[in-house]
Amino acid sequence: MLLDVILRVITKLLLPFILVFALYVQFHGDYGPGGGFQAGVIAAASVILYAMLFGLEAARALVPVWVVEKMIPIGVLIYAGVGVAGMFTGQAFLDYNHLAHDSVHGQEWGVFLVEVGVFVTVSSTMLGIFYAFAGRGR
Amino acid sequence: MILDHLPIIQVIVPLFGALLCALTRSGKVAWVIAAIVSLLMPLVAIGLLQQVLSQGVVSYAIGGWLPPVGIEYRVDLLNVFVLLVVSIVGAVMIPFAARSVAAEIPEHKQSWFYSMYLLCMCGLLGITITGDAFNAFVFLEVSSLATYTLIALGSDRRALIASYQYLIVGTIGATFYIIGVGILLTVTGTLNMVDIADKLGDIGQTRPVLAALAFIIVGISLKLALFPLHVWLPNAYAYAPSFATSFLAATATKVAVYLFVRFVFGVFGTGIEFGSFAVADVLLVLSIFAMFGASIVAVFENNIKRALAYSSVSQIGYMTLGIALGNLTGLTGGLVHLFNHALIKGGLFMAVGAVAYRTGTARINELGGIGRRMPWTMAAFTIAGMAIIGVPGTVGFISKYLLAVASFEQGYWWLPFLIVLSSLIAVLYIGRIVEVAWFREPTGAVATATEAPLSMLIPIWILALACVLFGLDTEFSAGLAERAAAFMMGAGG
Repeated sequence: MLLDVILRVITKLLLPFILVFALYVQFHGDYGPGGGFQAGVIAAASVILYAMLFGLEAARALVPVWVVEKMIPIGVLIYAGVGVAGMFTGQAFLDYNHLAHDSVHGQEWGVFLVEVGVFVTVSSTMLGIFYAFAGRGR
Repeated sequence: MILDHLPIIQVIVPLFGALLCALTRSGKVAWVIAAIVSLLMPLVAIGLLQQVLSQGVVSYAIGGWLPPVGIEYRVDLLNVFVLLVVSIVGAVMIPFAARSVAAEIPEHKQSWFYSMYLLCMCGLLGITITGDAFNAFVFLEVSSLATYTLIALGSDRRALIASYQYLIVGTIGATFYIIGVGILLTVTGTLNMVDIADKLGDIGQTRPVLAALAFIIVGISLKLALFPLHVWLPNAYAYAPSFATSFLAATATKVAVYLFVRFVFGVFGTGIEFGSFAVADVLLVLSIFAMFGASIVAVFENNIKRALAYSSVSQIGYMTLGIALGNLTGLTGGLVHLFNHALIKGGLFMAVGAVAYRTGTARINELGGIGRRMPWTMAAFTIAGMAIIGVPGTVGFISKYLLAVASFEQGYWWLPFLIVLSSLIAVLYIGRIVEVAWFREPTGAVATATEAPLSMLIPIWILALACVLFGLDTEFSAGLAERAAAFMMGAGG
C-alpha cells in the first residue's frame, strides 16, 4: 500500500501541470507543434489518470457523464458555427477573412476558435470512450 | 445571397440538425428537428436543380480557397439528380419514423438514433455534392459510421453482429478507395476530381493509374454491394430498425453507385476508354450473377426483410449492368433504375416496417392473411412489388426496357432474355409474399392486427403511387437521367 500512496501524491502533484501543458499545446499550436486535437487528448488523459488511481466514481464526480455527452456535439457546433459566421460576413463557409479587421487577423481568429471546438470534442470523446469501456459490466 | 450558398447549405443543415439532436434528450424533439431538416432538403436540392438547368455547373469554394487547391463543391446534372433522390426519399419517409422509431428504439436512445440518421444523410449528400476525391472519402466515412450505429440500434441482438460485419467490410472498402485516391494524388498532384481528369488525359493507361482504378472500383463496389461483395448487406438490412432499413435501402447504395459512375466516367473516363479493357466485362458478368444469384436466394428466404435485401443486391445488378454496357442508353437505364429502385425499395421496406410495427414479425410463415387485416399497407406493397418485377405501367418496366434497348445497341442480343428471365424470378419472391398475404386465413398475431396508422400509410402510398406515376410519365426521371448520362459521356470524352 506504500507504493499506492506515492502514486496518489505524485499524481495529485502532476495533475495541474498536465492541464497547464494541455493549455500550452492548445494555445501555442499557432506557432509550434500542437493544436486542439493534441491538447484535447492531453486534457482527457489527465482525467483518465485521475480515474485510474482514485476510481471511476471519483472521475465521474469530477466530469459527469452528461457533461461529456453534451460536450461532444458542442465542440462540433463551435467548429461549424465559426464556418457559418464566415458566411454571415459575406464570405464562403469556413472563410475567416472577414472575421476581424483584416484577413490575417481574421484567419487567426477563425483557426483559434475552430481549435477550441476541436479541443472540446476530442477531450470529451476520449473521456466518453474511456467511461464506456471502464463502466462495462458494472 | 443565400442562393449562392445552396451547395454548402445542402450539407451543413443536416450536420447542425444532427448536433442539435445529440444535445436533446427527448426523442420527440429530435424527431421534430429531423423532420424540419428532412423537409428542407428537397427544397435546397430543387433550388440547385434550377441553378444547374439555367446556368450549368454550380461551383462553390469552401473557405474561399479556390479549386483545385481548396475543396470544391461541384453540382452538375448527374449529382443534382442523386441529391434529389436522397433528399426526397428522406422527406417522404420522415413521418414514418415517428411511430416506427418510438416502437423499436428505447426512449433514451431515440435522440441518438435521429442524430445518426441526420449524420448519415449529411454524409450521403456530402459524397454526392463534393468535387474533391478526398472530401468524398471523409463523407463516405461520416455516412458509414452513422450507418453502423443505425444498424446496431436494431432491437434484434443479431443487429450488433450485422453491424460489426458491415463495419469490417465497409472499412476495407473505404481503405481501398483511399489507397486509390492516394495513388491518384501521387500521380497527378491534385485531389480535385475535374483536375485529376484533366491531368489523366496526358498520362493515360500507365500502371499506377490502372492500379488506382482497380483499388477505387473494388472499394466502391464493396460499398454498393456488388455481387459477390454483397455479403454484409442482407444481415445489415434485415436486423436494422425498420426506418433505418427503408432509408438506407433507398439511398446508401444509390450514392455508392453515383460515386462509381462519377469515377468511371467523370475521372478515369478522360484517360481510359471504359469499354477498352476488362473492367467493363467483369462488371457485366458480375451484374448478371447478381441479377440471378441474389434473386434466387431471395425466393427461398423466410424473413421478408432479408428477402427484400437480397432483392436489393439483384437490383443493384441492373444498375451496374447499365454502367457496364457503357453506352448512352445503358447509363440512362442505370441512372433511371437508381431513381426507380429508391422509390420501389423505400415503399417495400416501409410496408414491411408497418407490418412489423403491428404484428412484431417480418417472417412470411407467421404473416398468413396479413393482407386481409392491413389491406392498404399490403396493396401498396403489391403495387411496389409489381414495379420491382417490371410490369408495364410501373417504373421497373421503364428501367428494364432501357437496359434491354441498350443491350441490343451494344450487340448483346441474348442479354434482354436474361433480363426478362431474372424478372421472372422476381415474380416468384414477390408473388410468394403476395400469395401468403392475401390468400391465407389470418392466424396468430395477424388475426388481431389492425391497419397501419396514417403517418405510416401516407409515406408508403406516396412511394407506391410514385412507382406508377413515374412509370407512366417518364419526363422527369428518364428525361433528367438521360441528360445526366449524356453530360457524363460528354465529359468522359
